[in-house]
Amino acid sequence: MLQKKECVAMLLAGGQGSRLYNLTEKTAKPAVPFGGKYRIIDFTLSNCVNSGIDTVGVLTQYQPYVLNEYIGSGQPWDLDRTYGGVKILPPYQRATGAAWYTGTANAIYQNLDFIERYDPDYVLILSGDHIYKMDYSEMLRYHIEKGADCTIAVIEVPLDEASRFGIMNTNDDGSIYQFEEKPAKPKSTKASMGIYIFGKEVLKKYLEEDEADEKSSNDFGKNVIPRMLNSGAKMFAYPFSGYWKDVGTVKSLWEANMDLIGAKPALDLRTPKQRILSRNSTRPPHFIGSEAYVANSLITEGCEIYGTVINSVLFGGVKVASGAVVKDSVIFEESEIGEGSVVEYSMLDCRVSVGKDCRVGEPAVSNKGIALLGADLRLPDKTVICGGVMTSELPKEVK
Amino acid sequence: MSVTGIIFSNIHDKNLPELTRLRTMASVPFGCRYRFIDFTLSNMVNSGVTSVGIITQTNYQSLADHIGTGKDWDLATRAGGVKLISPHITAFANDHIRSHISSRLESLKSATVYIARRKEDLVVLSDCDVICNIDLGDMIAFHEKTGAAITLATKKMVLTPESAAKNVIVEKDETGRVNDLLIYPLDTSGEHSVSLNIMVLDREKLLNIVNDAAAHGYTSFNSDVILRHLKSEKIMAYEYEGYFACVSSLSEYFSCSLDLLDPKVRNALFGVKNRPIYTKIRNSPPTRYSDGVTVSDSLFADGCLISGHVENSIIFRGVTIGKGAVVKNSIIMQDSVISAGAEINCSVLDKNVVVKEGVRLSGHASLPFYVPKNTIV
Repeated sequence: MLQKKECVAMLLAGGQGSRLYNLTEKTAKPAVPFGGKYRIIDFTLSNCVNSGIDTVGVLTQYQPYVLNEYIGSGQPWDLDRTYGGVKILPPYQRATGAAWYTGTANAIYQNLDFIERYDPDYVLILSGDHIYKMDYSEMLRYHIEKGADCTIAVIEVPLDEASRFGIMNTNDDGSIYQFEEKPAKPKSTKASMGIYIFGKEVLKKYLEEDEADEKSSNDFGKNVIPRMLNSGAKMFAYPFSGYWKDVGTVKSLWEANMDLIGAKPALDLRTPKQRILSRNSTRPPHFIGSEAYVANSLITEGCEIYGTVINSVLFGGVKVASGAVVKDSVIFEESEIGEGSVVEYSMLDCRVSVGKDCRVGEPAVSNKGIALLGADLRLPDKTVICGGVMTSELPKEVK
Repeated sequence: MSVTGIIFSNIHDKNLPELTRLRTMASVPFGCRYRFIDFTLSNMVNSGVTSVGIITQTNYQSLADHIGTGKDWDLATRAGGVKLISPHITAFANDHIRSHISSRLESLKSATVYIARRKEDLVVLSDCDVICNIDLGDMIAFHEKTGAAITLATKKMVLTPESAAKNVIVEKDETGRVNDLLIYPLDTSGEHSVSLNIMVLDREKLLNIVNDAAAHGYTSFNSDVILRHLKSEKIMAYEYEGYFACVSSLSEYFSCSLDLLDPKVRNALFGVKNRPIYTKIRNSPPTRYSDGVTVSDSLFADGCLISGHVENSIIFRGVTIGKGAVVKNSIIMQDSVISAGAEINCSVLDKNVVVKEGVRLSGHASLPFYVPKNTIV
């Protein structure tokens, strides 16, 4: 048991994720279900564990209940440690007053004491809303080799999309000379992945400076990184190649789920290396009935399939009755699709019950967008939900 | 009253020589993701039993690996939890003693130190191969209410002469008091109450029984303890009405496994409210189905990659079924690979078997073809 930790990870999990609409009504974005049996945060937590990082602070603020319960003692990720492990860090009241986390940098600033307790040489800053598998220890080695003050992981993005990201402009040796947030005319295609490694003392110094600056909005991307560049800190871009996806919108969350299926999925969860760990439920194996048709889909424990499932991701305990069709859809836990109903290009949150002969969503080619049904919604028989409708309540005409 | 559990892990190993060559009866894989012992362990945990001793004798590495710290059954606790009770063979042991340990009573002698140290009032003793979802809490309440010395769980079953010869028939009066046991009777058939090999009794009493048996050289719980005390002690039968299967041959293993394809059986085992069956967590991703697969009437665990035809089969975790492969009426255990174009029918493939391209294997429902662990065909 190492008492001094080389690197402590701080995972920013306080974001509201408002572009996920009703999926984040009662849940913080990192706790949104993903990929049949995971939640978004499983990827970052598993990456930490697979990279040998056993001390992770999870900074929560928005709707933390589900997330707190999910992380619990950290046991599913082997993060229930005697010293270190996973710790939930909500904003708290101190002798000098109480404050919410005003930005990503402020959240870390408020928890500098937590970091100090483990006396780390390096601090890894992560966000809990990306899907990717990455070995942070390689990034740390790169950071040490370069003798950097700060290393930022970057990924190549297509030039026409680069203006949606924070772009790092680098020299040949990988050092960063300029950072542009969502540039209209991007000079490079190296997008920041929101993953930073700092030397602990460097981080402390810049967070304190940032805190002292009343004009700052206390954000890493907007304030701390530009300040460091201006003051001549040694900053390097660590190139990452592999699957990486920001799942901040309903569309991108749907796409990331679809990236798990196919003959050669963009993100293969079945590789023994870099296993993604999650809190498992106790459900029996899934059953495929005699009249069922299943193609190009992910299906997990507790599902009972009597109908048709095509190009879809089904979470635990989903029931598809005979004659029902689920196509191009993502169905969260314990949802049920009644006889003769068709669910297409849709996402259904947990425990949605679709009655008989309903029609939910419209094909992607209709260009109306993904239909999204909120948790616990019960659709009476023959309900029609048009494409692109995002709702937690029944349409008025049905009521 | 507080209750502790004891499970016999090597009981009936000889019934399934194929599957127990490298493992205990307790750790025989069953139902896509479970091992036999998961049912008994879960039944105990679901009834509030928080300390369980598992008596082991031989071959118990796979069992130790499966149980781990016990955390998947919530049995990784300081007060109690799960303990493997390894065979207590002293330096003076000889072959005579080893060969002797074949009955429950004999193996309990190894566990007297453990039993004496427990603090609970009652003990529930169970075999490891009792596939059922029984409310032991109700059985314990029955035991207390009737003031029984020993309570046996029984179930009414229709027996053939063959199945009767492998079972213990419990005869009882209208109050439920046991008045006779027929142990492995010959020439018996029809409906009878059969012992599930689960019993509840006072912990101190169990110690006395075991010590008395040691002094008298008794070896069988049924014939030496229960039959001898039918008159002097109140021995009661608790009637269980749910699904129950006890596997006593490979063909029974095969048919009991395929019984799980019946929704009624699945529901009786896995669909009971507040009584889930727990097992070791393996963190497999969901099962992925490719395009052009045809699957019907089959159960799948997580972690599989299915690209072929699967019909009427039980597929364990991490199995790969290649393009154009055909699997019918079969049980394919963990991490096995059925290569493209292979055909499997009426077979039981143990863990980690590789069936190469185009190979055809077939048994018969009455005599399934068994492929041992790690075989390449």
